[in-house]
Amino acid sequence: MKTPLAWLQVSREKMRLAVALAGIAFADILMFMQMGFKDSLYEAAVRPHYALDADLVLVNSQFETFFSVKSFSRERLYQAQGFPGVESVNSLYFGTAEWRNTETRMSRPILIFGTDPANPAFNIPEVTQNADRLKMFHRVLFDRASRPEYGVVPIFEEKGFLETEVNDNLVRVDGLFSLGASFTADGNAIASDSTFLHLFSERKAEEIEIGLLKLEPSANLQQVQSSLKAELPKDVSVLTIEEFAKIEKQYWANSTAIGFIFSLGTAMGFIVGVVIVYQILYSDVSDHLPEYATLKAMGYTDQYLVNVLIQEALILAVLGFIPSFFLGVGLYHLTQAATLLPIGMTTSRAISVFILTVIMCTASGAIAMRKLQTADPADVFA
Amino acid sequence: MNIAANFPTCALTAKPEPVISIRHLNHYFGQGALRKQVLFDINLDILPGEIVLTIGPSGSGKTTLLTAIGGLRTPSEGSLKVLGEELCGASKQKLIQTRRNIGYIFQAHNLMKFLTAKQNVRMSLELHNGLSDRELDEKAIAMLEAVGLGDRIDYYPENLSGGQKQRVAIARALASQPAIVLADEPTAALDKKSGRDVVEIMQRLAKEQGSTILLVTHDNRILDIADRLVYVEDGRLTDNYMAASDREATLPEARRPKSQ
Repeated sequence: MKTPLAWLQVSREKMRLAVALAGIAFADILMFMQMGFKDSLYEAAVRPHYALDADLVLVNSQFETFFSVKSFSRERLYQAQGFPGVESVNSLYFGTAEWRNTETRMSRPILIFGTDPANPAFNIPEVTQNADRLKMFHRVLFDRASRPEYGVVPIFEEKGFLETEVNDNLVRVDGLFSLGASFTADGNAIASDSTFLHLFSERKAEEIEIGLLKLEPSANLQQVQSSLKAELPKDVSVLTIEEFAKIEKQYWANSTAIGFIFSLGTAMGFIVGVVIVYQILYSDVSDHLPEYATLKAMGYTDQYLVNVLIQEALILAVLGFIPSFFLGVGLYHLTQAATLLPIGMTTSRAISVFILTVIMCTASGAIAMRKLQTADPADVFA
Repeated sequence: MNIAANFPTCALTAKPEPVISIRHLNHYFGQGALRKQVLFDINLDILPGEIVLTIGPSGSGKTTLLTAIGGLRTPSEGSLKVLGEELCGASKQKLIQTRRNIGYIFQAHNLMKFLTAKQNVRMSLELHNGLSDRELDEKAIAMLEAVGLGDRIDYYPENLSGGQKQRVAIARALASQPAIVLADEPTAALDKKSGRDVVEIMQRLAKEQGSTILLVTHDNRILDIADRLVYVEDGRLTDNYMAASDREATLPEARRPKSQ
């Protein structure tokens, strides 16, 4: 085995190594947090989508986000029902209402869903089990993962119910479920369709926000979707749940500053990392320039020295990534506890950050390499 | 060990092939208007096993000549053959190949600070294939024992004295048994005793291995190890020893340049 020059050089000066690793870990954590926030905000924004009990959904073709209501005629749903392969249809209303905190008397916007209590549009177990309670007028189920400012959960857990005002109508919380806060909504509540229409008195029963289609088990999803697309008027889109969620994500990514802000944050982390690793490698090369020149004089090739530098970069990348991974996991837990956003370490993000770290380190190595080329073997005699 | 070749042009009758053969070598630094000639029409042959000391004033071009022979810079004009390979206009690959057959000893020891004495010596051995990990270690240790550092093999340079470091450098230079050893003022940074030890170790090992030594020095105290002295002044080899150096008086009689 050849002498592992890169490792010996990196590991000889423990203090410098520690500083380098701290710098890389810092950059990595920055990237982990930015990417984590971005992903979790998107994730949170599409939780209602994935909670829908449907194979295909119909929405207004201008639908962009739950944040802005775009309705369409219930007639489209009846048209879709007639299609071969469509087993059943369902509808969902949603809208943003003002929810009053019973203790502070402060109002806060909340996302209210209106669904048929006999056939709830969500596949959340707590909703399907408690949907019967919605049959009574002005009863709602409240999302316990909403922000605490609504002031519901502690009182509900104490008394088993809670009465408050929504859009100046008295409603009673009769159960809890878990969905989660997002950009769109600091909180969620589910009501029956008739309660919903009462709370949103300007809405018409025949104008719905989401149509849910369930297909027969034997039906081919793509086939049904394309025939619906072809036959239905163009004022509605026929989407799979994935496509539906993608539209929402794209809205937050492209039509708001959020995607840009977090991408910029990630880029900043990356650049900080490049600068730190570059500083480390550059001073490493500078300090050892006579030694590199000596190696060249002995007959080591430029390629050998370049490889040493790349190996050093990779060693730093790996060693810097490991602590940042664990710190990242810890910070995700903290963030989740503080914000109720669905944030956590994912394999794909860990891989992304690791790849970025490797790129970061090799890019810095490549810049530092220019210094290496100034190692003139003839200088060793000077 | 008196070699006939007193001065470059007289080497023609020598039987063995010279390991270094220089003809009409010119070298320039800089370009255009700033171009300055530093070596003028150098002719020199050095035979296997010879110990040649190059002396001359500072800035005379000794080190430039040494680096050219070592394949560390390509001379501008003329012919420079090292171990039979022409280095004038040689490819980078050929230069690197040549460097591997040469051991270098520097004024500053130039050891890798982050490697132990043994690892430093191994760096030289590893350029030559075919040795197992154990053989590399054995050879490196044997070499360090040969320079009297058998008890320092795992020391880092920072924990070695100046003389010890230079001995490690010698072990590194000679470990792979190079045909040629080039040394640039190896004793300049050492006290008298260490300097003496260092050149004697060099001389002994080179003789054992049959290596040729070309050594540039200012150090009058070590001139006696030379088989031959070469004087460089203003970029020229000169046979005018009197003119070349006023150090003559300090030279031991026996080691003055001889003509047969």
